[in-house]
Amino acid sequence: MNSLAYHEEFPVERGDFGAAGEVSAKIKRTLKKLGFPGSIVRRVSVASYEVELNLVIHSLGGKIVADITEDDVTLTIADRGPGIPDLALAMSEGWSTASEEVRMLGFGAGMGLPNMKRNADDFDIQSEVGVGTKIMMRFRADPQ
Amino acid sequence: MKASEIVRLLDADVLAGPLPDEEILTACGSDMMSDVLAFPKERMVLLTGLTNPHTVRTSELLDVQIIVFVRGKLPSQEVLEMAEDAGICILSTKHTLYEASGLLYSAGLPGRLEMHS
Repeated sequence: MNSLAYHEEFPVERGDFGAAGEVSAKIKRTLKKLGFPGSIVRRVSVASYEVELNLVIHSLGGKIVADITEDDVTLTIADRGPGIPDLALAMSEGWSTASEEVRMLGFGAGMGLPNMKRNADDFDIQSEVGVGTKIMMRFRADPQ
Repeated sequence: MKASEIVRLLDADVLAGPLPDEEILTACGSDMMSDVLAFPKERMVLLTGLTNPHTVRTSELLDVQIIVFVRGKLPSQEVLEMAEDAGICILSTKHTLYEASGLLYSAGLPGRLEMHS
């Protein structure tokens, strides 16, 4: 039986660069408070921040849902579009459609999606143009 | 490497403190926070010329202990307050990113550690 169960939904708005990272910081603080090891906290934080930035930079807005148990941390992300036309291309390192403005802020190197996949133990992405993108990332509390 | 040693090697000013007591294990130098996020490391010092609030936010999420702003760049008061709140030490050095990185590297601070070890 799992005695620990935490569930919270965080909306993330399009273009809200000032707030980008606040959701990830909240998730990080929660994990630290619950006593997760530093290496797991850092992996979740990085992946969460990458996806939060993607929602701000590329999406029409969406939400990050965090589910935490003793065994794992699951982040489920859904946006309201616009969807990714070529997922394989978007998953390749260095490919980015970020604007010059975003790059001036230090982001948009095309590392976001591959970095999420690298940090998560399980990673799934589905996207449909005109509908939206869904991402699931799971991090095991006790990595093998 | 001790934080005080980093201050000495870079002839740096401490803009927000205090200096961490723990040994600094590694360093990263970049103006792209995307690249910093791609190589998370433990007990790290970040050298950068990017002084906007996202440098502090990225550092907070990665547990960066010290941010060194290079080429004498000074962050805004807002950035300094964010760093104080996050418990991150801020240094400023007159050296360029290249020079500052070289000084720490040649004094024995490595650039990469094994990930998830």
